Amino acid sequence: MITVKNLHKQFGNLEVLKGIDQHISPGEKVVIIGPSGSGKSTFLRCLNLLETPTSGQIFFEGTDITDPKCDINAIRRRMGMVFQQFNLFPHLTVMQNLTLAPVTTGVMDKESAARKAGQLLARVGLSDKAGAYPAQLSGGQKQRIAIVRALTMNPDVMLFDEPTSALDPEMVGEVLDVMKQLAKDGMTMVVVTHEMGFAREVGDRVLFMDEGIVMEEGTPQQIFGNPQNPRTQDFLRKVL
Amino acid sequence: MTILDGLSAWLSDLKAEFILNFIDKNRWEMLVEGLQTTLLIALFACLLGIAIGVLVAVVRTTWESTRLTMRRGPGRLALSLLNRVCLLYTTVIRGTPVVVQLLIMYYIIFASSNNGLMVASLAFGINSGAYVSEIIRSGILSVDKGQMEAGRSLGMTYLQTMWKIIAPQVLKNVLPTLANEFIALLKETSVAGYVAVADLTFAGNRIRGVTYSPFMPLIAVALIYLAVVMFFTWLVGKLERRLRQGDNR
Ligand SMILES: Nc1ncnc2c1ncn2[C@@H]1O[C@H](COP(=O)(O)OP(=O)(O)OP(=O)(O)O)[C@@H](O)[C@H]1O
Ligand SMILES: [Mg+2]
Repeated sequence: MITVKNLHKQFGNLEVLKGIDQHISPGEKVVIIGPSGSGKSTFLRCLNLLETPTSGQIFFEGTDITDPKCDINAIRRRMGMVFQQFNLFPHLTVMQNLTLAPVTTGVMDKESAARKAGQLLARVGLSDKAGAYPAQLSGGQKQRIAIVRALTMNPDVMLFDEPTSALDPEMVGEVLDVMKQLAKDGMTMVVVTHEMGFAREVGDRVLFMDEGIVMEEGTPQQIFGNPQNPRTQDFLRKVL
Repeated sequence: MTILDGLSAWLSDLKAEFILNFIDKNRWEMLVEGLQTTLLIALFACLLGIAIGVLVAVVRTTWESTRLTMRRGPGRLALSLLNRVCLLYTTVIRGTPVVVQLLIMYYIIFASSNNGLMVASLAFGINSGAYVSEIIRSGILSVDKGQMEAGRSLGMTYLQTMWKIIAPQVLKNVLPTLANEFIALLKETSVAGYVAVADLTFAGNRIRGVTYSPFMPLIAVALIYLAVVMFFTWLVGKLERRLRQGDNR
């Protein structure tokens, strides 16, 4: 579904990604872990071109999205993204947050977008918040709405960048539950997280990133049970 | 007794002055027409200023936010050029007095036209646009970067995101500053008389010129400006309170 070939990213003189090759299959749940500043967010943001790669190629469902002729907006409609800081639209109600993109981009008409949004809201238990503004929601509720907002577009893959890192501890669970449900439903997911329990439970494959490369990858059993790379061992010792 | 006599003499003086300056020959009509002209210029200049200001602000912030990532090509070149034109415009306009701009417009650029009202409206609008663009630019920059990223990640284009997500938040942020700019603009139009436009100030001054009695007409002009400004300040305050309701609903 996503193939990354020799991906490099530089910010000025700072080389953040130093050659990443990855293949993500449909339905796969890939969890990315690693120390701060290792390039996890940059890698994730390259996948939907929020960051423009310096070199290398990214194929999404067969299309080279790094090709200047590719319609990146059309590609992004099939990739959902959830941010650490939620980034809900503060001037719109929850329902408007959910229907704005599908209606504006012409993916759905108003009625079907509202219907779809209503179903998804019910699934995360927030039907009663449809008319609320983001400022009236708790952090956990905001993030669940942000996930629903991305899902309303019917994406083929969901990208999560530390979705629970800005939350009070007691709200982490409700967001992870939504993500676990999504995983169960078969969504293709790429998740940057510090929640090792989630990585172990949900991940099909764990990537350990450090210094701009994928230092080690494997099943959660391999990475958490028997890490080979000393950097991975060191990192896991610190976080577990 | 003498105090009362003095008071009544002063009052009848005042009355005579009032009649001389406003009632005789229906001179008050000049003030009314002047006020109409002032409001007309201010309104037109305000609309033009917003139009120019938004355009310039969008060009400049688009360039600033995409210049590092935009691919080379004619689009990039055009945007870069546009950005330079906008920069030049704001620099020149903000670096020269509005009266000089007005005179240049009237005696050089539109020398063939003697429609002072039109020229003054254009001059004040073009002047205001430079200040409005800076206000709107800082309003755009004050919206969290994550808003644009969220919009784009959902597949909306840059312009769709700008219009549906950024603009409403910018409007709320800039409204108070923008309102102050237009109150300033309203007062600035008082130099329109330089190009023979009979605005409110010009009317008051002309009355003073024929009656040789400066007090009444000039104070009247000042009071009218004050009343108009206070009215707009009140209006903006109301609007602001309405916009802010979304925050804590
Ligand atoms: N827009 C940018 N301009 C310049 N440098 C950047 C930019 N974005 C990220 N960086 C730098 O790139 C490096 C990697 O950042 P990135 O956000 O990808 O790390 P991360 O692994 O997600 O870390 P964290 O766990 O703290 O989120 C950091 O040194 C960061 O300072
Ligand atoms: Mg990060």
